[in-house]
Amino acid sequence: MLDGGNGTAGAYLRIIDVTKTFGAFQALKNVSLTVEEGEFVCFLGPSGCGKTTLLRAIAGLDPQTSGRIIQANQDVSLLPPSGRDFGIVFQSYALFPNLTVAKNVGYGLESRKAKRAEIDKRVRELLEMVGLADQAHKYPGQLSGGQQQRVALARALATSPGLLLLDEPLSALDAKVRMHLRKEIKELQRRLGLTTIMVTHDQEEALTMADRIVVMNKGVIEQVGTPGEIYREPDNRFVADFIGQMNFLPGTVVGDARVRLGQVQFRHRGTREALQPGATVTLGVRPEDVVVNGGTPSEEDNSFPARVADLDFIGNFFRARLAADCLDGMIIAADLSSGVVRDCGVEPGRPLAVSLPQERIRVFPAD
Amino acid sequence: MSDTGAAAAASVTVRRPKVAGEALVTWTSLAALALFLLVSMVLPLYALLSKSFEDRSGAFVGLANYAAYVTNPALFQSIGNSLFIALLSTAITTVLAFLFAYGLSRTCIPGKALFRAIAAIPILAPSLLPGIALVYLFGNQGMLKSWMMGESIYGPIGIVIGMVFFTLPHAVMILYTALSLADARLYEAAQVLGAGRLKTFLTVTLPGARYGLISTILVVFTLVITDFGVPKVIGGRFNVLATDVYKQVVGQQNFEMGAVVGMILLLPSAIAFVVDRLIQRRQVAQFSSRAVPYAPKPRRGTDLVYLLICLVISGFLIGILGVAGFASMVKYWPYNLSLTLAHYDFTAVDPDGWRAYFNSLKMAALTALIGGAVIFSGAYMVEKGRGWGWLRGIVQLMAMVPLAVPGLVLGIAYIFFFNHPANPLNGLIGTMAILVLCTIVHFYTVSHLTAITALKQIDPEFESVSASLKVPFYKTFWRVTVPVCLPTILDIALYLFVNAMTTVSAVVFLFSARTKLAAVSLLAMDDAGATAAAAARPMRIVYTSAVARALHALASRLLQRQTHAWRKR
Ligand SMILES: Nc1ncnc2c1ncn2[C@@H]1O[C@H](COP(=O)(O)OP(=O)(O)OP(=O)(O)O)[C@@H](O)[C@H]1O
Ligand SMILES: [Mg+2]
Repeated sequence: MLDGGNGTAGAYLRIIDVTKTFGAFQALKNVSLTVEEGEFVCFLGPSGCGKTTLLRAIAGLDPQTSGRIIQANQDVSLLPPSGRDFGIVFQSYALFPNLTVAKNVGYGLESRKAKRAEIDKRVRELLEMVGLADQAHKYPGQLSGGQQQRVALARALATSPGLLLLDEPLSALDAKVRMHLRKEIKELQRRLGLTTIMVTHDQEEALTMADRIVVMNKGVIEQVGTPGEIYREPDNRFVADFIGQMNFLPGTVVGDARVRLGQVQFRHRGTREALQPGATVTLGVRPEDVVVNGGTPSEEDNSFPARVADLDFIGNFFRARLAADCLDGMIIAADLSSGVVRDCGVEPGRPLAVSLPQERIRVFPAD
Repeated sequence: MSDTGAAAAASVTVRRPKVAGEALVTWTSLAALALFLLVSMVLPLYALLSKSFEDRSGAFVGLANYAAYVTNPALFQSIGNSLFIALLSTAITTVLAFLFAYGLSRTCIPGKALFRAIAAIPILAPSLLPGIALVYLFGNQGMLKSWMMGESIYGPIGIVIGMVFFTLPHAVMILYTALSLADARLYEAAQVLGAGRLKTFLTVTLPGARYGLISTILVVFTLVITDFGVPKVIGGRFNVLATDVYKQVVGQQNFEMGAVVGMILLLPSAIAFVVDRLIQRRQVAQFSSRAVPYAPKPRRGTDLVYLLICLVISGFLIGILGVAGFASMVKYWPYNLSLTLAHYDFTAVDPDGWRAYFNSLKMAALTALIGGAVIFSGAYMVEKGRGWGWLRGIVQLMAMVPLAVPGLVLGIAYIFFFNHPANPLNGLIGTMAILVLCTIVHFYTVSHLTAITALKQIDPEFESVSASLKVPFYKTFWRVTVPVCLPTILDIALYLFVNAMTTVSAVVFLFSARTKLAAVSLLAMDDAGATAAAAARPMRIVYTSAVARALHALASRLLQRQTHAWRKR
């Protein structure tokens, strides 16, 4: 499924066939992945899918049961964490409570035989970088959550590691601070050109921050791609369901790039693997991709007649539930802009022509 | 996949882990700790076990010693005596402690903090103190001898009273915790369902405290059956297992028989230990995080009754201590009761007593210092060490064993092991070193568990962060873990100090003329020795423990003030 081990020129980190077991339980099953130099990658998936386990294997904190990890063309699979090159920020931040902010940030520098003055200078630089220059002499317990997070980040960056690992760094913060820090971290990462892996279970976070997203589920990688790819072209039903919302409609394959739902045939872009006619499939379409108009429905443009079952005002858009008799009474959710609702006169009970754009339809084998 | 992997491998250098300083430190310290516990605990216990199967010449004789024991009526009778004493004392202590703890946790009586402090008094004293106080009161020269109505205090009556005094604080502590963890919602439910007070007590209170009760009964029973101080001082001719061990080993030099009695003594403690572990595992699940803490409401009649009960029990505890304290300050017991501090003047009277006292002080200080350091760092390696899971598991297991071994048994195990002519360590017998060693091991488990609990509360990722910053873990241990855990380390040191000051059972076999300890020196005190000067001996221990406690409180307060900037409470 994945182009795991191929050695692209810029590949900084290669995870090859990594498996991790806890007793009889397999937390990671043959996971392979390549991370480019300077890339921001997010591990995204539901709770317990193995994101943290994979991150900790990369750090050497909980070594993999089998498989290899290659960082900067060096096989580090057997090295303890202290032999590897990374900085890490935990969800709890793990700041040393009895040391000041400055001492926390300078902690990794002290042992490197650097001169006192140099350390102080570097600490000041780092604290300025995260906007905490005036907090240097406070203790972590005297800072807000967002500030603590930034101290942890500065501490992780102090030794200029080649790889930054972040395990749900923002999940302990409230929504507003989180939004702000997302931008800040992303900007910092881009400025430093630092290869970064962040674990999150917040899809919005992943979509806004990541260059590429690794969607995980039950110890395997379901899909790797840019946020756009993951969102628009989910490889499978799990990914489609986990990220954003999607209508899943049962249908039957009738031919090349054609499926039938109820009495209506739809054309779609085709699937990677050819499907046998007669096979049952699931047709997926996102609510915001559903188009309504006042015209006459025709199979030529993938449209069919439906009735507005109900309409909810969400704020900046409307969520309509459309019932189609010709689709055996299936209900399709559609997100409609206020303009469309006004122009087409959408209201409960109103008959409409609904079309599912060919380009926007995903077809998944039924499970 | 495999071929692309192979192609990529061409330019990849495989980095082998160097045997780094850190790994070496982890391994050596864990191995050293395992070796320490092996030599200071496992091997001695093994020596005890094998001794019980050997004859005098060291030849294996199977169960012959046990058979000899069972067929010797004088010895065999002690089992019955011990059980009788243990059951009776356990019943009395449990009932008293339950009432006391109930008063403290479930009623609105005044002075709860004071009552709790009073309940802790006996911990400061050696277990021989109640025996001595009883001698002063009801002994042949006793002030209140007439109260005995012709019965003798020397025997079961004295032993049981002394045991109740000595075990009460432990029982109160457990039951108070159990009764404090009540879920108010259950009481509201009972009220809504119209249950009367007795029914509520039987269906809510008792079941809620059942694990605490079982735990109390086990702890008290074990303490009583293995305690040696009380029956030694006040047991008279009433033989129990603990005094038998002493007589066999020290009196008659019959090591084989001593070993058999030791093995028998090990049994109840071992059983109690296992049962208690199982129970504690359950109790955690019992009290859910959504429970609403129970807050007692004033009820005049009930409160009054419990106030009286608490006053009487406190009176008993203070009375016993007070008698010894008073006796130590009168001119000539019981004939001239005018007060004096002369018995505390150390060179003038009782130079032996003072020598023993300073030995005790030194032993307790060394135990607190060395024991605190070894036990805390050991707990750190077990809890936070990276790798060598099996070794950490073994150390953790061994660290739990001392709780199941009565001091008396540990003491004779030490003699058998260290006295063996072939043991290269046999020069240790009679030295301060072996007393400290034995005492550290004796009180290892509780200290270890305290340390583990504190370590579990600090962020598990300190070591990970430290590794990512290339700072060796031992540096982070010193710079972060130790300062953060300092209050706990002080608690452990105090616990070790006070116990080392008061302990008798293990060290009674190991001292020499030069290293005689204060608590041990009390053993020699019988009726003839019940002089005012002699009463100053146990009181010196009590005062020292109390001062240690006060210093500990002061140090904790100062520490708190100094670190309040970063310590959130
Ligand atoms: N030390 C361990 N022993 C046993 N099972 C473990 C251990 N650590 C993790 N697991 C299991 O491995 C699976 C993956 O855990 P992991 O922590 O990687 O999940 P996650 O994707 O990070 O989830 P979350 O979003 O909740 O943090 C879980 O089912 C977890 O129960
Ligand atoms: Mg996680």
